[in-house]
Amino acid sequence: MPETTSRIIKIATKKRYKNKYHWTDYFSYFYLFLGVLLMFGPVVWLGLSSLKTLAGIQEYPPTILPLSQIQVDVEGYDKPLPIFNVTQEDGSVKQLAQIKRIGINAKMVDPLNPGETVKVPIDKREKIREFKIQWQNYVDPLRKYDFLLYFKNSTFITVVATIITLIINSMAAYALSIYEFRGKNFALVFVIGTLLIPLTIILVPVFYVVANFGMINSLWGVILPGAATPTGVFLLRQYMLTLPRELIEAARMDHASEWAIYWRVVLPLSIPAIAVLAIFSIMWRWNDFLWPLIVLSKSEVYTLQIGLNAFHGELTSQWNYVLSMTMVTLLPIAIIFAYLQKFITTGIASTGMK
Amino acid sequence: MENIRNQTKIFFLRILNIPFAFLMHAIDLIMWPIQKIIGVRNMPYIFLLPNLIFFGLFVIIPLGANFFFSLSSGDDLLFAERELPTTKQYDQLFDCESYLNPNTCTEDFFWRGVYNTIFFVVFQVGLMIFFSVLTAVILNKKIIGRGFFRSVFFFPVLLSPVVVGLIWQWILLKNGAFNAIIESYGGDKVSFLTDPSWAMASVIFVSIWAHMGFYTLIVLAGLQAIPPNLYEAAEMDGTSRERIFFRITLPLLMPNLLVVFILASIKGVQTFDEIYVLTGGGPGTSTSLIVQYIFTTGFASSGSVQNFGLAAAASMVLGVVLLFLTLMQLYFSRNKESKHQEI
Repeated sequence: MPETTSRIIKIATKKRYKNKYHWTDYFSYFYLFLGVLLMFGPVVWLGLSSLKTLAGIQEYPPTILPLSQIQVDVEGYDKPLPIFNVTQEDGSVKQLAQIKRIGINAKMVDPLNPGETVKVPIDKREKIREFKIQWQNYVDPLRKYDFLLYFKNSTFITVVATIITLIINSMAAYALSIYEFRGKNFALVFVIGTLLIPLTIILVPVFYVVANFGMINSLWGVILPGAATPTGVFLLRQYMLTLPRELIEAARMDHASEWAIYWRVVLPLSIPAIAVLAIFSIMWRWNDFLWPLIVLSKSEVYTLQIGLNAFHGELTSQWNYVLSMTMVTLLPIAIIFAYLQKFITTGIASTGMK
Repeated sequence: MENIRNQTKIFFLRILNIPFAFLMHAIDLIMWPIQKIIGVRNMPYIFLLPNLIFFGLFVIIPLGANFFFSLSSGDDLLFAERELPTTKQYDQLFDCESYLNPNTCTEDFFWRGVYNTIFFVVFQVGLMIFFSVLTAVILNKKIIGRGFFRSVFFFPVLLSPVVVGLIWQWILLKNGAFNAIIESYGGDKVSFLTDPSWAMASVIFVSIWAHMGFYTLIVLAGLQAIPPNLYEAAEMDGTSRERIFFRITLPLLMPNLLVVFILASIKGVQTFDEIYVLTGGGPGTSTSLIVQYIFTTGFASSGSVQNFGLAAAASMVLGVVLLFLTLMQLYFSRNKESKHQEI
């Protein structure tokens, strides 16, 4: 009898999946670990490397942390020389500065005795490192080059374009959701239709229109063409359709003008949808590349993205500045993401737009 | 504490509200008389007007003008300076002895772009959807730190193409981090971006890296829409996990995947930015796609001849492909919705 009871208990408490690891569980964690390395690694690596000296960045194989080799001034030499721990023949270790490397040997000098040079095989020496953060990488480009100006241009475009987009798109959404009027369906189809025409297939004529308004090399030439977005109108319209009509009727009873109903009643109630559109618009504008590349050809109107690309093209060897400015370019978006992550992901999942 | 935080929040919102309210009152001074004159019934037209003006100026008129540019010849952008009508541009684009061999075409650059685009889209979209589904399925499980992993996989979506291009160009350098890792495991250095046979693979990899998170998110939303009682029933019956995936998850995800597939193709065909920063279409033309051709032909700033007509004709060809894909998307997403309603 006790045997059957224990068997019954065993059967009753047996769980098919819990506490039992399936091969997919091991695989999942392995995959996620790899994924974190591959997805997040490059950005972390960028952040760390942007704090290295140029020599540290060009070092191969690279070090992970910003550890740079210590350099000393030696009498009789113009440039500071890197120092090494050199293992002597008798096994003792001595600090020597390297003048230059010749094949498998290095010509080295003792900093305390600069008159005498010695030849050392390169596998006998080891770099002496120190932890050193190179803030210069961030300060120099902002001072010497126009990155502050690019930053200002990018901010101007992002802010102004987002405000214009929000206002005109919410106005159109308001008209298409609250009113019944002749031509409403036509207007709706018209808006859907523009969804079918991405900028890439009308580059030449949009350039022509912008040129006709004299907006080439002007920030307005970047702001205006993308101000009306069909996705924005739709997102807001879908939301406004859910608002109770009684509120609008009540406001009309109180002799509110239609414009007042729009901004005092409908807009405040649609804030969740407007916030989603605002975040998208900020992202689009800050990251925009192709259109600004076509419209802006003078360096004083460059956005951060265009400026960074041009800067990289001109000074390919200055990776320390390129990396630090890449960090500056991605930081605003990264901060926004850190704060509004949940908001952004649900926004994308529910609208299917980017 | 919570109370104080809320109050400061409200305070700042009020301050932010002041210029907004001021602007809105100012606009009302114009809108009120307009409403008096045209009546409430006609107000929606006023509300629609700004958006429609923008659409007209920057979408509808350009679309018409694109036909005009592609069907007229001349080096000038002015309408009056161009000769009409001509099919010169289309003739030039499609002037090939054999369409399968870009070398025999007058515009070999365009045809190389076409074939590169096809190759790029097939592999980028295929691999990206495979990894998106894999990632989404794993992220949908009850794992430790799910929120963290989700944001890690999503994060690259927010990066700008220039940032993505520069980060990867630097990591894929001959003396870059990737080669250091390969060498530490005993492999040989690879010129990821300057070797023609590797450049396309690198570009596809980077493009997947940058966009995968977006599609993962959409697939994840699709996974979460699958009714959980199906899984419970399967578990009761003792179905193996592999079988659950292939018999429940995948079939129910299919309509969603189809839309994701077309959406990714629409974006893939238009790829330009990351590749422009990463390889500039090179080495040679091995990573140059159609949009790169349009950009270079229409707006090449490096002193070579700008041919707006040819660029417009090429964008018309691209437009036809995109129109086809978009109509397919509309058709399938409508199908998906009606199916959902049936369930």
